[in-house]
Amino acid sequence: MKFAILVFPGSGCDIDMHHAVNEVLGKDAQYVWHTDANLEKFDAVLIPSGASYGDYLRPGALAQSSPAIVSLKAFAASGKPVLGVGNGFQILAEAGLLPGAFLRNKGLKFRSGKAKLTVHNTESKFTADYDKGQEIAIPFAHEFGNYYVDEKTVAELKNTNRIVFTYADGNVDGSTEAIAGVLNEQGNVLGMMPLPERAVEEIIGGTDGMPLFNSILKRWSENNVSQA
Amino acid sequence: MTKVNVYVTLRESVVDPQGIAAKEALQAIGYQEVENVRIGKLIELELAGSETEIDARVKEMCDKLLVNKVIEDYRYEIGEVAGK
Repeated sequence: MKFAILVFPGSGCDIDMHHAVNEVLGKDAQYVWHTDANLEKFDAVLIPSGASYGDYLRPGALAQSSPAIVSLKAFAASGKPVLGVGNGFQILAEAGLLPGAFLRNKGLKFRSGKAKLTVHNTESKFTADYDKGQEIAIPFAHEFGNYYVDEKTVAELKNTNRIVFTYADGNVDGSTEAIAGVLNEQGNVLGMMPLPERAVEEIIGGTDGMPLFNSILKRWSENNVSQA
Repeated sequence: MTKVNVYVTLRESVVDPQGIAAKEALQAIGYQEVENVRIGKLIELELAGSETEIDARVKEMCDKLLVNKVIEDYRYEIGEVAGK
Protein backbone atom coordinates (compact mmCIF):
# COMPACT_ATOMS: atom_id res chain seq x y z
CA MET A 1 0.00 0.00 0.00
CA LYS A 2 1.41 3.36 -1.06
CA PHE A 3 0.82 6.57 0.88
CA ALA A 4 1.45 10.07 -0.45
CA ILE A 5 2.36 12.80 2.03
CA LEU A 6 1.30 16.02 0.37
CA VAL A 7 3.80 18.75 1.23
CA PHE A 8 3.09 22.47 0.83
CA PRO A 9 5.45 25.38 1.50
CA GLY A 10 5.19 25.73 5.28
CA SER A 11 4.05 22.18 6.04
CA GLY A 12 5.86 21.25 9.24
CA CYS A 13 4.81 17.81 10.41
CA ASP A 14 5.50 15.87 7.23
CA ILE A 15 8.52 14.07 8.71
CA ASP A 16 6.45 12.81 11.66
CA MET A 17 3.89 11.43 9.21
CA HIS A 18 6.63 9.82 7.11
CA HIS A 19 8.10 8.17 10.22
CA ALA A 20 4.70 6.89 11.41
CA VAL A 21 3.99 5.16 8.09
CA ASN A 22 7.44 4.00 7.01
CA GLU A 23 9.01 3.07 10.33
CA VAL A 24 6.06 2.12 12.52
CA LEU A 25 3.30 0.96 10.17
CA GLY A 26 5.94 -0.55 7.87
CA LYS A 27 4.42 0.68 4.62
CA ASP A 28 5.68 2.95 1.89
CA ALA A 29 4.99 6.68 2.27
CA GLN A 30 6.49 9.18 -0.14
CA TYR A 31 6.65 12.95 0.02
CA VAL A 32 4.82 14.62 -2.85
CA TRP A 33 5.70 18.29 -3.34
CA HIS A 34 2.56 20.24 -4.07
CA THR A 35 3.56 21.20 -7.61
CA ASP A 36 4.29 17.57 -8.67
CA ALA A 37 0.77 16.74 -7.87
CA ASN A 38 0.37 13.40 -9.59
CA LEU A 39 -1.44 11.29 -7.01
CA GLU A 40 -2.77 8.53 -9.25
CA LYS A 41 -0.24 5.86 -8.26
CA PHE A 42 -1.06 6.22 -4.56
CA ASP A 43 -3.63 4.39 -2.45
CA ALA A 44 -4.02 7.03 0.25
CA VAL A 45 -3.13 10.70 0.71
CA LEU A 46 -1.99 12.18 4.03
CA ILE A 47 -1.97 15.95 4.49
CA PRO A 48 0.32 16.85 7.37
CA SER A 49 0.07 19.73 9.81
CA GLY A 50 2.21 22.85 9.96
CA ALA A 51 1.48 26.33 8.69
CA SER A 52 1.15 26.08 4.92
CA TYR A 53 1.66 29.46 3.23
CA GLY A 54 2.40 30.97 6.63
CA ASP A 55 -1.28 30.69 7.62
CA TYR A 56 -1.74 33.90 5.60
CA LEU A 57 -5.28 35.10 4.82
CA ARG A 58 -6.80 32.14 6.71
CA PRO A 59 -5.07 28.89 7.71
CA GLY A 60 -5.28 26.49 4.77
CA ALA A 61 -6.77 29.07 2.40
CA LEU A 62 -3.84 29.78 0.08
CA ALA A 63 -3.18 26.07 -0.53
CA GLN A 64 -6.19 26.25 -2.82
CA SER A 65 -4.06 28.04 -5.40
CA SER A 66 -1.79 24.98 -5.66
CA PRO A 67 -2.01 22.49 -8.54
CA ALA A 68 -2.17 19.78 -5.87
CA ILE A 69 -5.70 20.73 -4.94
CA VAL A 70 -7.04 19.83 -8.37
CA SER A 71 -5.52 16.34 -8.20
CA LEU A 72 -6.51 16.02 -4.54
CA LYS A 73 -10.14 16.67 -5.42
CA ALA A 74 -10.01 14.04 -8.17
CA PHE A 75 -8.32 11.59 -5.78
CA ALA A 76 -10.98 12.17 -3.10
CA ALA A 77 -13.76 11.76 -5.68
CA SER A 78 -12.32 8.33 -6.60
CA GLY A 79 -13.18 7.12 -3.08
CA LYS A 80 -9.62 6.47 -1.88
CA PRO A 81 -8.78 7.57 1.68
CA VAL A 82 -7.59 11.11 2.41
CA LEU A 83 -6.50 12.06 5.94
CA GLY A 84 -5.78 15.68 6.88
CA VAL A 85 -4.49 16.45 10.35
CA GLY A 86 -4.11 19.90 11.95
CA ASN A 87 -3.35 22.30 9.11
CA GLY A 88 -4.21 19.42 6.75
CA PHE A 89 -7.76 19.51 8.14
CA GLN A 90 -7.87 23.27 7.57
CA ILE A 91 -6.74 22.79 3.96
CA LEU A 92 -9.48 20.19 3.38
CA ALA A 93 -12.15 22.48 4.83
CA GLU A 94 -10.94 25.48 2.79
CA ALA A 95 -10.93 23.32 -0.35
CA GLY A 96 -14.55 22.39 0.30
CA LEU A 97 -13.74 18.70 0.74
CA LEU A 98 -15.02 18.87 4.33
CA PRO A 99 -17.71 21.13 5.81
CA GLY A 100 -17.04 24.00 8.20
CA ALA A 101 -14.31 26.56 8.77
CA PHE A 102 -11.77 27.54 11.41
CA LEU A 103 -11.57 30.44 13.82
CA ARG A 104 -8.90 31.44 16.31
CA ASN A 105 -9.04 29.35 19.50
CA LYS A 106 -11.66 30.61 21.91
CA GLY A 107 -9.01 31.56 24.49
CA LEU A 108 -7.05 33.44 21.76
CA LYS A 109 -3.94 31.42 22.57
CA PHE A 110 -1.91 28.80 20.81
CA ARG A 111 -2.51 25.64 22.82
CA SER A 112 -0.75 22.33 22.84
CA GLY A 113 -0.83 19.20 24.93
CA LYS A 114 -2.45 15.82 24.89
CA ALA A 115 -6.16 15.86 24.19
CA LYS A 116 -8.49 13.15 25.37
CA LEU A 117 -10.83 12.24 22.52
CA THR A 118 -13.97 10.12 22.38
CA VAL A 119 -14.28 7.87 19.34
CA HIS A 120 -17.88 8.00 18.08
CA ASN A 121 -17.75 6.29 14.71
CA THR A 122 -15.95 2.96 14.45
CA GLU A 123 -17.34 2.00 11.07
CA SER A 124 -15.22 4.36 9.01
CA LYS A 125 -12.17 3.21 7.10
CA PHE A 126 -10.07 5.29 9.51
CA THR A 127 -11.43 4.05 12.83
CA ALA A 128 -12.42 0.37 12.53
CA ASP A 129 -9.64 -0.60 14.96
CA TYR A 130 -11.03 1.54 17.79
CA ASP A 131 -13.92 0.61 20.08
CA LYS A 132 -17.06 2.72 20.05
CA GLY A 133 -16.95 5.22 22.90
CA GLN A 134 -13.25 4.54 23.51
CA GLU A 135 -11.25 7.40 24.97
CA ILE A 136 -7.89 7.98 23.36
CA ALA A 137 -5.06 10.42 24.08
CA ILE A 138 -3.73 12.27 21.04
CA PRO A 139 -1.37 15.28 21.04
CA PHE A 140 -2.58 18.57 19.59
CA ALA A 141 -0.89 21.91 18.88
CA HIS A 142 -2.84 24.72 17.27
CA GLU A 143 -3.95 28.33 17.42
CA PHE A 144 -6.70 28.22 14.79
CA GLY A 145 -8.43 24.99 15.76
CA ASN A 146 -11.80 26.43 16.70
CA TYR A 147 -13.92 24.46 14.24
CA TYR A 148 -17.13 26.20 13.24
CA VAL A 149 -20.15 24.62 11.57
CA ASP A 150 -23.66 26.05 11.59
CA GLU A 151 -26.53 24.34 13.41
CA LYS A 152 -28.00 22.80 10.30
CA THR A 153 -24.68 21.22 9.34
CA VAL A 154 -24.08 19.93 12.87
CA ALA A 155 -27.47 18.20 12.79
CA GLU A 156 -26.63 16.65 9.44
CA LEU A 157 -23.20 15.52 10.67
CA LYS A 158 -24.81 13.88 13.69
CA ASN A 159 -27.55 12.17 11.70
CA THR A 160 -25.05 10.69 9.29
CA ASN A 161 -22.55 9.63 11.99
CA ARG A 162 -19.83 11.82 10.53
CA ILE A 163 -18.56 13.29 13.80
CA VAL A 164 -15.74 10.82 14.37
CA PHE A 165 -13.92 12.37 17.34
CA THR A 166 -14.90 14.90 20.00
CA TYR A 167 -12.81 16.38 22.82
CA ALA A 168 -13.70 14.33 25.89
CA ASP A 169 -12.08 16.34 28.63
CA GLY A 170 -12.62 20.05 27.99
CA ASN A 171 -13.10 21.68 24.61
CA VAL A 172 -9.50 22.77 24.00
CA ASP A 173 -10.24 25.35 21.30
CA GLY A 174 -13.96 26.19 21.48
CA SER A 175 -14.99 24.01 18.51
CA THR A 176 -18.71 23.62 17.77
CA GLU A 177 -20.00 20.67 19.83
CA ALA A 178 -16.35 19.96 20.82
CA ILE A 179 -15.80 18.37 17.40
CA ALA A 180 -12.21 17.18 16.90
CA GLY A 181 -12.63 15.17 13.68
CA VAL A 182 -15.20 14.83 10.87
CA LEU A 183 -15.79 12.74 7.77
CA ASN A 184 -17.04 13.84 4.37
CA GLU A 185 -20.32 12.53 3.02
CA GLN A 186 -18.74 9.56 1.20
CA GLY A 187 -16.73 8.60 4.29
CA ASN A 188 -13.33 8.60 2.59
CA VAL A 189 -12.02 12.00 3.73
CA LEU A 190 -11.23 12.52 7.42
CA GLY A 191 -10.07 15.80 8.95
CA MET A 192 -8.94 16.09 12.56
CA MET A 193 -7.12 18.78 14.53
CA PRO A 194 -5.27 16.39 16.90
CA LEU A 195 -2.17 14.70 15.48
CA PRO A 196 -2.33 10.88 15.47
CA GLU A 197 1.16 10.56 13.94
CA ARG A 198 2.54 11.91 17.22
CA ALA A 199 1.06 8.95 19.12
CA VAL A 200 2.52 5.89 17.43
CA GLU A 201 5.28 4.70 19.81
CA GLU A 202 5.55 4.35 23.59
CA ILE A 203 8.85 6.22 23.52
CA ILE A 204 7.05 9.37 22.35
CA GLY A 205 4.33 9.06 24.96
CA GLY A 206 1.65 6.76 23.62
CA THR A 207 0.31 4.65 20.78
CA ASP A 208 -3.34 5.70 20.61
CA GLY A 209 -2.86 7.08 17.09
CA MET A 210 -1.71 3.73 15.71
CA PRO A 211 -5.17 2.10 15.32
CA LEU A 212 -6.02 4.91 12.88
CA PHE A 213 -3.15 3.98 10.54
CA ASN A 214 -3.86 0.26 11.06
CA SER A 215 -7.51 0.80 10.16
CA ILE A 216 -6.61 2.47 6.85
CA LEU A 217 -4.22 -0.36 6.01
CA LYS A 218 -6.62 -3.11 7.05
CA ARG A 219 -9.50 -1.73 4.99
CA TRP A 220 -7.23 -1.32 1.99
CA SER A 221 -5.85 -4.89 2.37
CA GLU A 222 -9.36 -6.36 2.50
CA ASN A 223 -10.13 -4.71 -0.81
CA ASN A 224 -6.80 -5.47 -2.46
CA VAL A 225 -6.00 -9.00 -1.33
CA SER A 226 -3.51 -9.81 -4.05
CA GLN A 227 -1.39 -6.67 -3.59
CA ALA A 228 -1.34 -6.45 0.20
CA MET B 1 -5.64 51.29 -12.45
CA THR B 2 -8.65 50.58 -10.31
CA LYS B 3 -8.60 50.36 -6.55
CA VAL B 4 -10.98 48.10 -4.72
CA ASN B 5 -11.42 47.88 -0.97
CA VAL B 6 -12.89 44.61 0.28
CA TYR B 7 -14.23 44.65 3.84
CA VAL B 8 -14.42 41.21 5.42
CA THR B 9 -16.36 40.69 8.63
CA LEU B 10 -17.30 37.64 10.66
CA ARG B 11 -20.90 36.56 10.12
CA GLU B 12 -23.27 37.66 12.85
CA SER B 13 -23.87 34.09 13.97
CA VAL B 14 -20.13 33.58 14.57
CA VAL B 15 -18.67 34.44 17.96
CA ASP B 16 -15.66 36.76 17.63
CA PRO B 17 -13.24 35.97 20.49
CA GLN B 18 -10.93 38.86 19.50
CA GLY B 19 -13.83 41.31 19.47
CA ILE B 20 -14.95 40.19 22.93
CA ALA B 21 -11.42 40.59 24.31
CA ALA B 22 -11.11 44.07 22.76
CA LYS B 23 -14.51 45.09 24.15
CA GLU B 24 -13.50 44.03 27.66
CA ALA B 25 -10.21 45.89 27.29
CA LEU B 26 -11.99 49.09 26.20
CA GLN B 27 -14.38 48.84 29.14
CA ALA B 28 -11.45 48.24 31.49
CA ILE B 29 -9.85 51.54 30.47
CA GLY B 30 -13.05 53.47 31.02
CA TYR B 31 -15.15 53.22 27.88
CA GLN B 32 -18.25 51.77 29.51
CA GLU B 33 -20.42 52.74 26.55
CA VAL B 34 -18.84 50.02 24.39
CA GLU B 35 -21.46 47.33 24.00
CA ASN B 36 -19.98 45.26 21.25
CA VAL B 37 -16.79 45.01 19.17
CA ARG B 38 -16.40 42.98 16.01
CA ILE B 39 -13.02 42.75 14.32
CA GLY B 40 -12.77 42.26 10.59
CA LYS B 41 -10.22 42.95 7.91
CA LEU B 42 -9.68 45.27 5.00
CA ILE B 43 -8.20 43.88 1.79
CA GLU B 44 -6.95 46.48 -0.71
CA LEU B 45 -6.80 45.38 -4.32
CA GLU B 46 -5.14 47.28 -7.14
CA LEU B 47 -6.34 46.06 -10.49
CA ALA B 48 -4.80 46.74 -13.87
CA GLY B 49 -7.03 48.54 -16.35
CA SER B 50 -10.62 49.46 -15.72
CA GLU B 51 -12.51 46.41 -16.87
CA THR B 52 -16.19 46.73 -17.38
CA GLU B 53 -16.70 43.38 -15.66
CA ILE B 54 -14.89 44.51 -12.54
CA ASP B 55 -17.87 43.77 -10.31
CA ALA B 56 -18.14 40.19 -11.43
CA ARG B 57 -14.35 39.66 -11.24
CA VAL B 58 -14.07 41.02 -7.70
CA LYS B 59 -17.04 39.00 -6.56
CA GLU B 60 -15.40 35.87 -7.95
CA MET B 61 -12.10 36.64 -6.20
CA CYS B 62 -13.96 37.02 -2.91
CA ASP B 63 -15.99 33.86 -3.33
CA LYS B 64 -13.10 31.72 -4.52
CA LEU B 65 -10.32 32.80 -2.20
CA LEU B 66 -10.47 36.03 -0.24
CA VAL B 67 -13.52 35.24 1.84
CA ASN B 68 -14.70 32.04 3.52
CA LYS B 69 -18.46 32.35 3.42
CA VAL B 70 -18.94 29.71 6.11
CA ILE B 71 -17.76 32.24 8.69
CA GLU B 72 -17.38 35.56 6.87
CA ASP B 73 -19.41 38.20 5.03
CA TYR B 74 -17.99 40.90 2.77
CA ARG B 75 -18.73 44.06 0.91
CA TYR B 76 -16.50 46.05 -1.39
CA GLU B 77 -16.06 49.54 -2.75
CA ILE B 78 -14.62 50.30 -6.14
CA GLY B 79 -12.44 53.37 -5.74
CA GLU B 80 -11.32 56.16 -8.04
CA VAL B 81 -9.68 55.21 -11.27
CA ALA B 82 -6.26 56.73 -11.70
CA GLY B 83 -4.95 57.27 -15.22
CA LYS B 84 -6.69 55.67 -18.19
